[in-house]
Amino acid sequence: MKLKQISIFLENKKGRLKKAINILFQADINIRALSIADTADFGILRLIVPHTDEAKKVLEENNFVVKVNEVIAVEVPDQPGGLDGILGVLTESDTNVEYIYAFVEKNSDNAVVVIRTEDIDEGIKVLEEGNIHILSSEEVNLL
Amino acid sequence: MIWNKEAECMSSEGKKEIQLERLQEIVKKAYENVPYYKKRLDEHDIKPEDIKNLKDLEKLPFTTKTDLRDAYPFGMFAVSDDEIIEVHTSSGTTGKPTVSGYTQKDIEIWGEVMARALSMAEAGRSDRIQNCYGYGLFTGGLGVHYGTQKIGATVIPISAGNTNRQIEIINDFETSILTCTPSYALYLAEVLEKQGIDIEKLNLKAGVFGAEMWTEEMRAEIEKRLGIDALNIYGLTEIIGPGVAQECMEKNGLHIFEDHFYPEIIDPKTKETLEEGEKGELVLTTLTREGMPIIRFRTKDITALRREKCGCGRTLVRMDRITGRTDDMLKIRGVIVFPSQIERALLKIKDLHPQYQIIVTRPEHLDELEVQVEASPALFSDEVKHVEEVKKMIEKQIHSEIGLRVNVSLVEPESLPRSEGKAIRVIDQRNFE
Repeated sequence: MKLKQISIFLENKKGRLKKAINILFQADINIRALSIADTADFGILRLIVPHTDEAKKVLEENNFVVKVNEVIAVEVPDQPGGLDGILGVLTESDTNVEYIYAFVEKNSDNAVVVIRTEDIDEGIKVLEEGNIHILSSEEVNLL
Repeated sequence: MIWNKEAECMSSEGKKEIQLERLQEIVKKAYENVPYYKKRLDEHDIKPEDIKNLKDLEKLPFTTKTDLRDAYPFGMFAVSDDEIIEVHTSSGTTGKPTVSGYTQKDIEIWGEVMARALSMAEAGRSDRIQNCYGYGLFTGGLGVHYGTQKIGATVIPISAGNTNRQIEIINDFETSILTCTPSYALYLAEVLEKQGIDIEKLNLKAGVFGAEMWTEEMRAEIEKRLGIDALNIYGLTEIIGPGVAQECMEKNGLHIFEDHFYPEIIDPKTKETLEEGEKGELVLTTLTREGMPIIRFRTKDITALRREKCGCGRTLVRMDRITGRTDDMLKIRGVIVFPSQIERALLKIKDLHPQYQIIVTRPEHLDELEVQVEASPALFSDEVKHVEEVKKMIEKQIHSEIGLRVNVSLVEPESLPRSEGKAIRVIDQRNFE
């Protein structure tokens, strides 16, 4: 099960992150998860939101460069070793991870980890074979 | 469409004859009526009678922008105030503006050369010409205006600015010819696309673009995005305004209206006159100006002249598109760089927005060149690695064009300033004082 994520190009300039977040707030879009990759010149803001297309639309209307792509969300127990098991499965099968980030789920004892593997279908296959539960978009949005 | 066959298709001998006659007359007038020219010619021990053939022009001293500035405001006028009916000034971007004064006849000539220019873009009586050059002291707006009226086409004197209104008029008035700076044409194309307007449904057929340097690649881009023929026009306030030279549909150099303006190419360093086809600084002499005759004006524009026959039938000499200026030519770590080279490199990259800005700094002892380019969705990815690769690819492309390593920064779309006049492409932060 793939999950949609939006990525936003941010120039390394004061106030740009705030502007992007504010646009989503104005459009009443709640952010489920967030990560920023930053370099000296620019940043990439990655978000999981309930209404991806709408979020893309409002951001683009405000001249942001936005991309929608797919990631994998898995649930891990919020305790030591939780993530280690998942990475173990990926490492053993030689699956390369492009990036990863996590957020804590409020209503249970689990954390949600967002993973982008080099080959996303391969990543899903490997995780499923390792008996790791992959979350559907409904499950993530309903958390 | 040739507006004035007699003037534009003259035989080489006939042309030389007219030019010499007019040159002798203009030098005499300048000498007798403009103290500056009397002084300069006396200093060089030259009398107007010494001009016996066209080559003798090379004996005369150059006129520079500084000379014109020193004469500010009316020191270069050759006629009494009564005869001057209009004045214009240059933009003054590089200092105090220079003033140009016109008599009734000068304005008529301006209309004539502009009519020739617009005719090269196939403008006829039934055309509607949307003139987005600024009206005012800048020569662009009124120059095009006079030419349009001379032809009997309909001028839409919208002037610069107010892009939404421009688009509305293009649509509603079924504008057929657009006149503005090439960068503004590209901006109009962007806005049209954004508004979802189908260019197929517009009536646009041609554009006459000038007042700034642009490249062949930029022409292709404009032609594709607006569905028109994009032609290059050239002119300068000091000589008359737009209408000194214009490209015909062959799109292979700009025909100079030689019965009114006499061109030479010089080596900007040695100041020697160069042969046909050699690249150098364009020098212009007005042959018919009454209000303000100008002898051997150093334009600082880099081009070359070509006399071989043009497919359009005109016998007027052609100048190459301007590839640089002797004064906005950048010297980076000793290497000469023209912004047009960087533009050319950028336009070779697919999916890249051709909006850019060049920033030159000297953090320590070495010059640094930063090129800011607007990111586009097609070039963006959620992976840092990929975005870095795009940056490197652009850097490599520029490097192969100019031979220098540059630092490319991707900036957000529409974050670089859009200009309704001359685009500001270079920000030189080096301090040479």
